[in-house]
Amino acid sequence: MGTVDITKLDFFTTKLDAAIGWARKFSIFQYPFVTACCGMEYMATACSHYDVDRFGAGLPRFSPRQADVLFVVGTISHKIAPVLKQVYDQMTEPKWVVAFGVCTCTGGFYDNYATVMGIDTIIPVDVYIPGCPPRPENVLDGLIKLQVKIEKGEKQTKLFVHPKPS
Amino acid sequence: MEKLAEEIQRTGKAETRTLLLNVGPSHPAMHGVIRIVVELDGETVTGADAEIGYLHRGFEKMCEVGPYNNAIPYTDRLNYVSPLINNVGYCMAVEKLLGIETTERCDYIRVIMSEISRITDHLTCIGASAMELGAFTVFLYMIKAREFLWELVEAVTGARLTISYSRVGGVKADLPEGFKEKVAPTFKEVRSILKEVDKLLTRNRIFVDRMKGVGVISKEDAVSYGITGPFLRATGVDYDVRRSQPYLVYDQFDFDIPIAEGGDNLDRYLVRMEEMEQSMRIVEQAFSKIPGGAVMVDERGNEIPADFMVDEAKMGRTAGFKQKTVRMDPTLEGTSGDRHPLINAPEKKIVLPPKEDTYGNIEGLMDHFKLVMVGHGIRPPKGEAYQAVEGANGELGFYVVSNGSDRPYRVRVRPPCFPIMNALPALLIGGMMADIVPTFGSVNMIAGELDR
Amino acid sequence: MMISEILKNRFPKIVIATHQYRGDDTVILKKEGLFEMARALKEDPELDFNFLMDLTCVDYLKFDQVPASAPTTFTPSPLPFYMKPKKDPKGEKWERPEEARTRFEVAYHFYSHSKHHRLRLKVPVEEKGAEVDSLVSLWKGADWFEREVWDMFGIRFKGHPNLKRILMYEPFEGHPLRKDYPVNKRQPLIGPIN
Repeated sequence: MGTVDITKLDFFTTKLDAAIGWARKFSIFQYPFVTACCGMEYMATACSHYDVDRFGAGLPRFSPRQADVLFVVGTISHKIAPVLKQVYDQMTEPKWVVAFGVCTCTGGFYDNYATVMGIDTIIPVDVYIPGCPPRPENVLDGLIKLQVKIEKGEKQTKLFVHPKPS
Repeated sequence: MEKLAEEIQRTGKAETRTLLLNVGPSHPAMHGVIRIVVELDGETVTGADAEIGYLHRGFEKMCEVGPYNNAIPYTDRLNYVSPLINNVGYCMAVEKLLGIETTERCDYIRVIMSEISRITDHLTCIGASAMELGAFTVFLYMIKAREFLWELVEAVTGARLTISYSRVGGVKADLPEGFKEKVAPTFKEVRSILKEVDKLLTRNRIFVDRMKGVGVISKEDAVSYGITGPFLRATGVDYDVRRSQPYLVYDQFDFDIPIAEGGDNLDRYLVRMEEMEQSMRIVEQAFSKIPGGAVMVDERGNEIPADFMVDEAKMGRTAGFKQKTVRMDPTLEGTSGDRHPLINAPEKKIVLPPKEDTYGNIEGLMDHFKLVMVGHGIRPPKGEAYQAVEGANGELGFYVVSNGSDRPYRVRVRPPCFPIMNALPALLIGGMMADIVPTFGSVNMIAGELDR
Repeated sequence: MMISEILKNRFPKIVIATHQYRGDDTVILKKEGLFEMARALKEDPELDFNFLMDLTCVDYLKFDQVPASAPTTFTPSPLPFYMKPKKDPKGEKWERPEEARTRFEVAYHFYSHSKHHRLRLKVPVEEKGAEVDSLVSLWKGADWFEREVWDMFGIRFKGHPNLKRILMYEPFEGHPLRKDYPVNKRQPLIGPIN
């Protein structure tokens, strides 16, 4: 007779992890950091035609402390980059980041003095949804990929360091 | 705290200070990134300052980098809720600089698409500002109506939002077959949705109380700030570029310009609702007057599919292509050769030839080469031109300077909501904290246009 | 009579040149007379320009530059040897007058609501001591337009209440829309330069 050895309780912990993953993926509280044109497609995806509520992601939380997924929607300029970093830092673990639109993935076609060439130089990103702007079907595809990632409980990608131009 | 209590007991007064509150760049109002710093005395606003530039994407510098037609996708993203109006404005400015005339059918098509864009802009503005006041259903209805209109836009241009439809000298493709039959039921739906929203909002006690008498601006102030558009028309000045300096074919349509007296938020809402109805009237009249129409295709020989023509042409087997008609892919509807002269100006040095000519005969290929290859392209003479169109927020002006080369030397956009944002701090002072949201919503600030 | 002619007769010492290229009335004048002429435009009942529509600047540094003979995707290119320059379809010609060949030129667009006419004023400004009178006391809308010209080009406005950057951030060095500022020279606040 002894105490229960926690390390031998693999069956329960895997089932518990699976349950937590299932619960987390269907209750996504997003923080929509909307700046530009992609915001219109974000609004269209969130509304009746291409409903995002059926995936459990229908309630935007406008405070970083209450949200767990940061949707970065639209071009990020160098002026607002510190604000984005601050919002990301204020979010509590576990948190995920979705780069919505090609301006956030790589900078889009705005290769100039004012645009951040991809937000993955500032904050780590989990799902990239390219498109200018992406169709709502693309957004839902990205959301499902994010849900798969959340369910598995994978760790976030590290900050991507762009290779130096040669 | 004890000292404060003593002071109040002693003198009956207490010294207060104002609070500086930062309605930060990332905020729940749906209109874009802007920072408003307000100075509050309790709930009353005693000072305000707006800081913009969080979406500055260098539009004017990017336009100087590529040839003239390359600037069109950048103009799409200026006022991204009514992108067709920006495209048309830029192309008209370059055409004015070149000194060419577009065909009549192209003008009618541009008018139709501009008015549909204007309706989507007003739908988004009213929907978003109603949602910020708590009327979430209105937002869903408006977005539903906007989706129907976006389906129309997609049938014509191929994309929902960033369409790049207009070109210098014409438009990309003609209207598809059966477009007129698609428009009529869509407008019927939009009208019924607008009627429902009207029932929900216009005489709603809560909505009216929050919007009436809030954000008032006088006529003289609005003119002095340079404000145009629905904001100005709600104060009583009837300035609309379509009526005062008609461009395209607006002088042939019978439409009204809604004006309100008062200059507060409720008037701006009513002006926008009425303008949507007038836009639908214009589109219906345009369909009855448009020249050209469904083109009867002559069967001068056998019909061949387009990709067959391209493949054969690339291998040099172009004998007889000039006499054959080409069946295009349904997604490229409206771009076939017989519709081309209807919608594009007859200038071979400015407009690309139809693909049947490019692949079919040597003259078409040379014309195409001379417009597309690096080193060639549209070359307007040295000069400058300013063209104003009526955007959804006011007068959208494009000032283009050329130095004779194939790239624009300077492209300047006069953003319609820039002067309105200039006036915003003056509108907020004296009101309450909760009035910031409806006033800011009725400004319809689009960050892409404000910051470029 | 065209407005530019009326102004040329009324202010003969200030006006350098006028033209009506493509139907746009334009007056090029010296910067010392700008405020006087702007006030006349606003207050004269015959002219009655009550809207200041636009206030911008053009940098003519590379205007007459003959481009390199090997064209690339990002630089303008000269006319190929086999092409002749086209004749203007409307027969008009546009040239910068000799006295007004400075680096910058501030352009003002006015509109009169009652008379439905437009006017453009252009004020040549030197590169050293680039300073122009501010029109904020006449039209309140000039406030933010002038701040934007300061931000993007570096031209100061005398008498402006609050001349600071509006579209770029304060630590930014340089004026981006000048022709000698490269397109993709980034000055990030946080993050790497790439």
